[in-house]
Formats: sequence, C-alpha cells, structure tokens
Amino acid sequence: MDSVGSIIVYFVAAIAIVVFSIKTVTTRKILRSATYLLFVLLSTAVIYFQLGYQFLGAVQIAVYAGGIMVLFVFAIVLTHKPNDRTGVIDSHRRKIGGGIAVAGGILLLLAIFYMPLLHGASLSECIEAGTPITMHEIGEAFTGSDRFQYLLPFEAISVLLLACIIGGVTIARKE
Amino acid sequence: MDITLPILILAIPITMFLILGIGGVKMPRKLAGILGILGLGTTAVCAYIVAFTYYFSGDPLFIIDGVRQQYQVFDVTWLAFTQTLVVNIGFLLDPISALMLIVITTISFMVHLYSWGYMEHEPGFQRYYAFLSLFTFSMLGLVVATNIFQMYIFWELVGVSSYLLIGFFYKLPSAVSASKKAFIVTRFADLGFLIGILILSYYTDTFNFIAMTSNPGGVLQEFGGATFMGASLLTWAMVLIFTGGMGKSAMLPLHIWLPDAMEGPTPVSALIHAATMVVAGVYLVARLFPVYCVVDAALTFVCVVGAITAFYAAVVACAQIDIKRVLAFSTISQIAFMMVSLGCAYDLPVEGVHYSGLGYMAGMFHLFTHAMFKALLFLGAGCLIHAVHSNDYTAMGGLRKYMPITHWTFLIGCLAIAGIWPFAGFFSKDEMLAAMFSRHFFWGAWMTMVAGLTAFYMFRLYFLIFWWEENPHYKEHKPHDGPWQMSLPLIILGAVSICAGWVPFGEFVTWNGVPYHIHIELPVAATSLIVAIVAIALAAKMYMKKNELPTKMKNMWPTLWEAAHRRFYWDEIYMFITHKIIFGIICKSIAWFDRHVIDATMDAMATVTQKASYAIRGMQSGSIQAYVLWYFFGAVILAAITWLCLI
Amino acid sequence: MDLSMLWYLVPSVIMLTCGVYGFITRKNLVAILISLELMLNSADLNFVVFNRYLFPGSMDGMVFTLFAIAIAAAETAIAIAIIINIYRSIGNTDITEINKLKY
Repeated sequence: MDSVGSIIVYFVAAIAIVVFSIKTVTTRKILRSATYLLFVLLSTAVIYFQLGYQFLGAVQIAVYAGGIMVLFVFAIVLTHKPNDRTGVIDSHRRKIGGGIAVAGGILLLLAIFYMPLLHGASLSECIEAGTPITMHEIGEAFTGSDRFQYLLPFEAISVLLLACIIGGVTIARKE
Repeated sequence: MDITLPILILAIPITMFLILGIGGVKMPRKLAGILGILGLGTTAVCAYIVAFTYYFSGDPLFIIDGVRQQYQVFDVTWLAFTQTLVVNIGFLLDPISALMLIVITTISFMVHLYSWGYMEHEPGFQRYYAFLSLFTFSMLGLVVATNIFQMYIFWELVGVSSYLLIGFFYKLPSAVSASKKAFIVTRFADLGFLIGILILSYYTDTFNFIAMTSNPGGVLQEFGGATFMGASLLTWAMVLIFTGGMGKSAMLPLHIWLPDAMEGPTPVSALIHAATMVVAGVYLVARLFPVYCVVDAALTFVCVVGAITAFYAAVVACAQIDIKRVLAFSTISQIAFMMVSLGCAYDLPVEGVHYSGLGYMAGMFHLFTHAMFKALLFLGAGCLIHAVHSNDYTAMGGLRKYMPITHWTFLIGCLAIAGIWPFAGFFSKDEMLAAMFSRHFFWGAWMTMVAGLTAFYMFRLYFLIFWWEENPHYKEHKPHDGPWQMSLPLIILGAVSICAGWVPFGEFVTWNGVPYHIHIELPVAATSLIVAIVAIALAAKMYMKKNELPTKMKNMWPTLWEAAHRRFYWDEIYMFITHKIIFGIICKSIAWFDRHVIDATMDAMATVTQKASYAIRGMQSGSIQAYVLWYFFGAVILAAITWLCLI
Repeated sequence: MDLSMLWYLVPSVIMLTCGVYGFITRKNLVAILISLELMLNSADLNFVVFNRYLFPGSMDGMVFTLFAIAIAAAETAIAIAIIINIYRSIGNTDITEINKLKY
C-alpha cells in the first residue's frame, strides 16, 4: 500500500508528462515547444526521484533539462527569427501521423494492460526490496570490469563523446 | 661424369636470353651481338667437349663392350604431383642427343655470326639475339630431355621461340599472321602429342625414356589387349605422339605453317625452320624408336605420311617463285625423307636386310647432313635476298659473276642436297634409299623418284638464280657478296657439306648403340646418282640459258602448274574448313545461341530488375519523415504480431 | 491503492506516441529533434521502471539510462551542428526542402 503522498506526486508528474508531451508536439511556436519539453524532462526527473533513483534524477535535471535544453535554445535562437511560427503542416500528413501514432499507442496500451507480469507489486514493496543505491556503488559500477560493472561501455561512451566533439566542431565550423 | 659442362650447355643460352632480353634495350647493338655470339660460342665449345667425351672417351659409362650406352648425366625431380606422377628435369646423353648437341650448337653459332651481318641495320637487333638464345636453350633442352614430359615442355618452348622469331618483323601483317599460323597449327598438333604422352605414360607408369625404350616388349605387355576403335591403344598413343611430330616437322596435312614461317628473318629460317626445330619430329620418333618398333601400324603410318609428304612437297617446290618457299618445301620434303627412313627401319629381322636398324641410322645421318647443307642454302638465300632485296628468283638471274662466294657455296649446297658424290647428301641419301629398298621395293623406288625431283627443283632454283638472264636492275644497284660475318659461315658450312658424308656415322649413331660399318650399296647408289644427274641435266637444259622451254612446259599443263604453285590448294582447304565450316556454320550458330538465348536471359533478368526498381523507387523519397512513418508502421505491425503471440 | 508498473508505463507510452506524431508531422528540424528527445525520454523511463519493479536488487536499468542520457547529449550536439550548417547553406530549417538525397 503506497503512501498518499507518493500517489499524489505520481499523479502530478504523470499528468504533467502527458499534458506537456502533447503540448510539445502540437504548439506552433518552436521556443514554446522547447519549453514544454523542459517540463516533460523535469517531470520525468520527478518520477526518477519517486522511484528512488536520486542520482539519475539529478543527472536528468543537470544534463538533460540543463545541458541539452541549452543546446536546443541555442539552436532555436540561431536558426529562427523572433515570433517565427512553423509553417502549417498539411492536414494529410497530420492525419496519417495522428492515425499511426494513435493506433500504435492503443496497441501498446493494450499490450501492457494484457501483460500479467506488469500488474502486482506495489512501489513501496519494490523500494524496500532493493537497497538504496549510493554514489559509492555507482562509482564502483563504472570503474570495474566484473559482472554488473561497466568500465567498457563507460570508456566507449567517452570515446563517443570525443568523436562528437570533433565531429560537431568540424560540421559547424565556417569554411 | 662431371655435370658442370652439361649444366653450362643449358645455362649459358638462358642466361644470355635473360641478359639480352632484360638489358638489351640499354645495350649498344655491337655489345649485344658480341655477347650473343660469345655466349653461343662458349655453349658450342661445351657441347663439343661433352659430345666428344661421349663418343671418344671410351668411358664405361658411355660404352660397354663396343655398345654405346644411354647415360643420364643428371635427372632431378622438378615437379612431384603425387608419389608416382613425378616430372623430372635431366640431361640424357646417348648417340642421338650428342649428335643433336653438335648439330644445334654448330648451326646456331653459324647463324649467330651470320646474323651479325644480316641483321645489322634492323631495329630490335638485341631482341633478335635474345630470342635466338631462347631458342637455342629450348632446343638443347629438348634434345637432352630424359623424359617425355621434359621434352614436351621444351617442345612448347621451341614453339614459342619459333613464334617470336617468325613474328620478329611484327610491323608486317604477313609476319604476324604467319607467326600466329605457325603457333596455332603446331599447338593443335601438340594436343595430339599430349594425349599420346598421357596414354603412353598411363600404361607404362613412367615418363622416362630409358625406362620406356629399354623394354619395348614390356610396354606392349603393359598395354595388354586394350583397343580403341579397332586399333590397339598403343598404336593410338604412338600415332598421337607422332601427330606432335607431324606438326613440328610440317608433315602433310599440318605442313601449312612452314612455308609461311619464311616471313621471319632468313637466318632464323636457316636455324629453326630448316636445321633444328623442324627435325624435332624426326628426333621424337627416333627417341621413341624402340617403342615404335613393336607397333607395326604406327611405324607404317609414319612411313606413309612421310612418303606422301615428300612427294607432295617436292612437286610444289618445282613451281614456287619465292626462293625461300622453294627451300621451305625442300625442307619439308627432306624431313619427310627422314621420316620414311625411320619408318622403314625395322627391328624385326627381315630377309635381305643386312642390318635391322639401318633406316634409323640413315635417317639420323641425313638429319645431320641435311642440317648442314640446308642451313648453308638458307644462309646463301639470305645473302641473295640481302643483295637484291627481293625474295623472288624473277628479280635474280646471272648472279654468279657478282656474288662468287655465295654462288660456289650455294652450288655445294645444291649438289649436296641432290645427292652427288662426294658431297654429304650422297652418303646419307644412299643409306636411306638402301634401307627403303630393303624394306620394300616400292618405298625405295618412290623415294628415288622424290630424290630425282629434289635434284631437279634445287637446280632449277640454282640456274634461275645464278644463270638464266641478268636482271637489268643490276646496273643501277650492283649486287655483291655479304660482309665477312655472312661469308664466313657460308664457307664453313660449305666445307662441312663437302666433308660431312665421309664421317663414319654408323660408328657413332645406331638405334641400339652397336656400331655399324657403313658401306655404299652400289646398285642403289648408282641408280640414285643417275637419276640425280639426269634431273640436273634436265634442269640445266630448261633453265641455264634463257629460253622458251619452261613457258612451253607451263602452258602444256597450266592447271597442274597453277595447282602446284598454289601448293595444291591446302591453304584454301584450311581456309574453307576454318572460315566456312567452323566459323561460318558452327561458330555462327553458337554465336546466335549465345546472343539470343544466353545473353537474352541475362538481359531479361537485368530488365526485370530495372523495371521493378523503377516501380518502387518512389519509396525513397528523400523525406526522413516518410521513412519514419514506414518504420513505425513496421514496428507497430511487429508489436501486434508479438502481442498476438503472447496472449 | 498500489502504484503498479502499469501506472508508470502508461505516461511513457503517451510520451512515445507524442514523439512519433511530432516526428512525422513537424516541418522544422529543431522541432523534429525535440520529438526525438521525447521518444528517447520515454525509453529511458521504461528502463528505470523495469529496473525498479522487476530487478530491484541491481542497477542495470539505471546505468543504461545514464548511458542513454550521455548518448542523447552527444547526438543532440551533433544534430544541432548539422542543423546550423543546413541553416547556413539554405537559409532555413524546413525539412520539406531537404529532400535531395533520394533516387
């Protein structure tokens, strides 16, 4: 039996995710769209906190909601004039997109509703079942090469980021 | 025996070939010529030492109780395909290979020397010497082969060098087509040779000559009663091997390449197409002679082919205008003579034959003498061509005053080939005719007639060149003898052509190594001598002074003359078969099938693919969103399927 | 009332479908990128939820989400570099005008 506070937090976050997601893809102003995305990301961070992943929530806010959003804002400011509205999307394309999205969404929802595995255990039980994850453990998980340790992917990501830095500089550089 | 000299005999020419072939372009002409001549001279000295050691040393390796032995100086494994299928490379010394060593190196040396004068102003002088060295190497490798496979390899190598040298003037279309013709015809014949080799060695389990020939009865046994299309398999094998010899030695009907091969430089004709390479077929038969002896049919085949070719070539030679063509047909005829001689040499004791292998000895003897005087004649012809810049006797006539050295040496050559005592040809021809008469009267009579024809056409040529009527062009352009490099070989070969007959040849070369004492068969000798003299007299009557007799004779049988002049239409027959039948009918229908069935199938596949891709290419619209739409559509379908499966 | 897994997956699904809809219908490259982020975020959320409910004792899902965030950052940086470049060459960021890469 989950606590009422937990349920309230969940509902606030879930409704925010649903509403702002829809607003993100329907608004005509690109800067607003980015702002709604920020709200979605923050709500997701709230859900991470609620699920007991404090570090992950912090990363979500710092990197995603912080870093990536700044990039977005930069991109928008560099490529748009103030009060720019995106052109009207032709209704034909919108119908197809909407149809396929709604059909896919319904299908997926049906799938999860019919999946018995997904019902059952409450959040509080699960949180009690697992030990809280400390920073120390995360640090060890990233720097070891044993089972459930991720040194290799970690290094791969670092190489990827390096490649991205070089690639980004090369692509965006003026001739 | 020390193997240094035998190895040097093979190594020097190939080294020369590599040096001149690779470095020749950078080399001054004179240096290339001197290198080639020196290299060949050294080879000749080595070959002489080896041959003389073989014949005269009395070493028990070579001669035991007066019987000459076959001796393998070395025989090393070269390619080991399987335990039993092994190809060796070696150096075989026996009476005929030692003889061939002498013949090849002598003629080759003469030709090297002669070419220095003859080819002096030709472009590609260094290349020419490189090819000559390659040829010498290949030919020496051929004659000293210890096994039939090595022989086959070198056999092809001489074919290649012949091809390269015939096509030496590669800017002349006629030279190019002549070289291709020579190569293709001999290659075609070599196919038969290869099949013969495979059959023979499949049954005898060896490639080695000594193993094959030392026990011919055993070979016969190993073949058992195997027959194919009515003839025993051994006969087939030997006939097929002889086919290779027919190609190389220009026997009917594979002779068509040799007259055209005269497109090559004249010294090359002397070396390759008169003295050495073309007798490879004779050498091959001689090499396998003991095996031929046990198959009557194959030996008779050799005999019949030789007899027909000898007559045919002699008749054609009477009606040629190009002096090199006359000599070419004369070569064919003389080689056919050797073939008949070998074919008439029987191992079985036949009544009245005082020695069974006489034909073999005589054939080899003629090979030796013929090489000398035919090379002499060709080199003489080269001098004539050099002097008047034409191949046709119509541009010559009355040259005896202008070119004395050429005249006298050419006369010696003609007398030798006609078989006049005491010149070389008399002795060898007498032995051959004796062998033929002893086999059957018919062969002897037939070949005596051919010998008469030989004397006639050679003296026809001689008189037309040196007597007849002076060509008026001489006043503007006075013909003269060649430089010393050209005259010296003529004189040397002329001297050899006079003396070679006095060599007691039977002491050195016989089929089984037992020396044979040559004596003149008086009736045979007298008959052939009389026939030759009559023929020469006839030729003198017709051609010595300009007169109307030849034209009258020609007009009496114009068809015959025309047919002989056109070589009895053999080239036309070949053209008809290859162009009309093979290219025109068979190849055209195959080409039609290829174009309309095979190609069309491929085209149809390509067209269908193209049409299909044009039809669906609109899907690649360039719009990322369309792709995502398709992707998501697919993902949804997959999800639906997964879900349906899970329920 | 229990907060079962289902409760978390439903917003995730909605977020994903919104992302798909946006990706297909928007014309602006930046907007498309934003829709992409939505889809990515929904996948991240799923990782974490599955980790929490099905394997509470380990932290694989969380680690993968961390990686995904890092990759998303990299991808966004590159994508924005490309968008700026496109803007420089053709003057706007309209996807309908960037369709030369086709048959």
